[in-house]
Amino acid sequence: MDRNLQRQVANMRKSLFDQGYLDEQFIQLEDLRDDANPNFVEEIVTLFYTDSAKLIRNIENALENNPSDFERLDDYMQQFKGRSSSIGAKKVKTECSQFREYCKAGNAEGCIRTFQQLKQELATLRRKLETYFEMARQANT
Amino acid sequence: MSMPSCSVSYNSGDGASWNSGDGVSDQFPVGLRVLVVDDDPTCLMILEKMLRNCLYQVTKCNRAEIALSLLRERKNGFDIVLSDVHMPDMDGFKLLEHVGLEMDLPVIMMSADDSKQVVMKGVTHGACDYLIKPVRIEALRNIWQHVVRKRKDVWKDFEQSEIIEDGERKQKPLEDTDFSSSANEGSCRNSKRQKEEDEAEEDRDDTSTLKKPRVVWSVELHQQFVAAVNQLGIDKAVPKKILDLMNVPGLSRENVASHLQKYRLYLKRLSAVSPHHSGLNNSFVDSISSLNGLDLQALAATGQLPAQSIATLQAAAALGRTSTKSGISIPFVDQRNLFSFETPRLRFGEGPQPQTSNNNKQINLLHGIPTTMEPRQLAVLHQSQPRPQILMNAQATSHGSQSSSSLSQLSQPQSRPQILNDANGNHLSKGMGSGGFARNEEVEKNAGAAVYNRVSQPTSMVDFSIPQKADFLGNNFPLGNNSGVSSITSKGVLQQEVNSEMKGSRGFIPSYDIFNELHQQRSHDWEIGNVGPSFDASRRGNRQGNINVPPSILVQQQRFSSCQNDVMNRNTSVGNSPNLGQLRDTLLMNNPQIVKAENLPAASFQNTIFPEQFNQEDLMSALLEQQEGIGPVMNDFAFDGYSLDNLPI
Repeated sequence: MDRNLQRQVANMRKSLFDQGYLDEQFIQLEDLRDDANPNFVEEIVTLFYTDSAKLIRNIENALENNPSDFERLDDYMQQFKGRSSSIGAKKVKTECSQFREYCKAGNAEGCIRTFQQLKQELATLRRKLETYFEMARQANT
Repeated sequence: MSMPSCSVSYNSGDGASWNSGDGVSDQFPVGLRVLVVDDDPTCLMILEKMLRNCLYQVTKCNRAEIALSLLRERKNGFDIVLSDVHMPDMDGFKLLEHVGLEMDLPVIMMSADDSKQVVMKGVTHGACDYLIKPVRIEALRNIWQHVVRKRKDVWKDFEQSEIIEDGERKQKPLEDTDFSSSANEGSCRNSKRQKEEDEAEEDRDDTSTLKKPRVVWSVELHQQFVAAVNQLGIDKAVPKKILDLMNVPGLSRENVASHLQKYRLYLKRLSAVSPHHSGLNNSFVDSISSLNGLDLQALAATGQLPAQSIATLQAAAALGRTSTKSGISIPFVDQRNLFSFETPRLRFGEGPQPQTSNNNKQINLLHGIPTTMEPRQLAVLHQSQPRPQILMNAQATSHGSQSSSSLSQLSQPQSRPQILNDANGNHLSKGMGSGGFARNEEVEKNAGAAVYNRVSQPTSMVDFSIPQKADFLGNNFPLGNNSGVSSITSKGVLQQEVNSEMKGSRGFIPSYDIFNELHQQRSHDWEIGNVGPSFDASRRGNRQGNINVPPSILVQQQRFSSCQNDVMNRNTSVGNSPNLGQLRDTLLMNNPQIVKAENLPAASFQNTIFPEQFNQEDLMSALLEQQEGIGPVMNDFAFDGYSLDNLPI
């Protein structure tokens, strides 16, 4: 066990929380790990990204073809927000809320802009988590 | 309600034995059987893991319809249901209602949406809890309390009614152990147990004082009951005193207790509904009464009609009468709903037609109707005037699962017909048939209201056919009519949901829903759900799922000798567009209230759609096809139906 690596892993984890990328829900997921499911958190995150890709596509299409159908957009986003919250993706969730605000205000421009940010946050979080998981794997081998 | 699948040992009186059949551990809540439904795979996986960590036994499902099928297939296979609100194939609230009505299991809703109106909706639909996502494991650890609570309500009623006597002593120990170890058994199981116990007592010729012959709550009896209750004051009315006041030999306290419970529920429900239908109630009573007199005999004779149904009908009639006298019509209506679980077809809302006519018609319908009450109900419904269907439904809707559970419990002990417990339960509830009449267990459980609604709705379908039939065929319902009716009713509903709902929806719920909608002007998408279930049930070849409801006539026509339920569902298909118009007119003429066909369609739809194909699979596809085909027509019709809603009640 590389203590140094372990410390790095711990630090990275802490920063993910401190910087607001993750929230308490992530800890809930971590608590669900056990001997039978040691990689539970990774599995969940992977599942999330796979599943959310579809929803993101739907929202994208809706924004393109029906940018003024705010009700529908809001509906999609509410779903997406729920999913993001289940893995503790805090910043992503914030963007979701912002998007919904713009929907309620009927601000298409704001929606499009926020959506871009949301996608970015999603990508950033994914990168960070992948790094984190990899590091954690190494630290435990 | 069908007999519990688990082997409950009545006589043991040992609480632990209750669980034995289920293989449930006595370390409640360990092993609590949870069904979790969510279309989000991520969330589903998380919930599953969390629930497993709580040492619960988890079954996960990503589609509501599948969940319903599972629940229907495995009666008593689950203790509690967790469902997301926002799902693509079926609204979570619909699932909630279905479960509440059919299975009477506690349902917990979940959603990321924490807005007040959504949470309120959960409450009004009968959810026992509402969890905001993301759900924490702490929140899940305590869900067992809802299972216990539901059971406790059942027991409490029994306690209050001082049921515990010599022979009933066994129930007492059950109570204690029940909470601790029978957690896995749903409330329905409790009621089942109670019922079984009652039955067991009878069957075994138990000499305990509790041995109760099946009590048929005739109009007179019910009037006596109500008079006694009024005399004592509803708050002070306890079974013992009521029993003494009534002074009816052969009537046990237990009978009175269960009847009282139902009555109380009805009253409760009434208070939520405006009493402008009192007039209707009276008429209803009349029809019920007439029904009681004639049909019960006939039905009982055929062995088709569950004694319970008869009892309920009678009770309903009695209630109706009483209400007339006491001027409390609404409550009675509700009661009827309660009592009419088994005979969903019964239309309480019928107008004040002379009993005679009702009877006659009923009789006619009965003749040649080997099976369920449906024909009778149809007749009754048919005859009844546009009445508080809405009223009834409205009442019914509010109670959701809670009332149903209590109802089911009540009804079970009270009037378990010896004939058809299982059959009734299974068939009635499940069979969509002509509007999901048969809902024995489920209807009972789900609260008369629900049943009621269902009845109204589906009945509308049925009614349509009946009138036509009555006019032309007497006993036989023209297939065309049936189909027409069903197709009409199913209308849009069917189309949409047939595919998805086929499985589990029941005509039952729609009616329930419809009334609410009537009052609240909600959407009428419910129906579809109804259609599905019965159909599905048939498909599975599961008795439970089948709808006994379809009038025997239909069956006869179809020449189905096998499972009536299946046949019912299938045979009535004839849904032709041309018939729709006819039916529609009939509907409008006869039952403006029925317009809510939405509910009905489910049941009738199925019936009509399926030609005499016995094969469930074929039926399914046929139904699906038909539904799709009929969609447009039905939609039109459906909308017209809506206009009927505007008819003053």
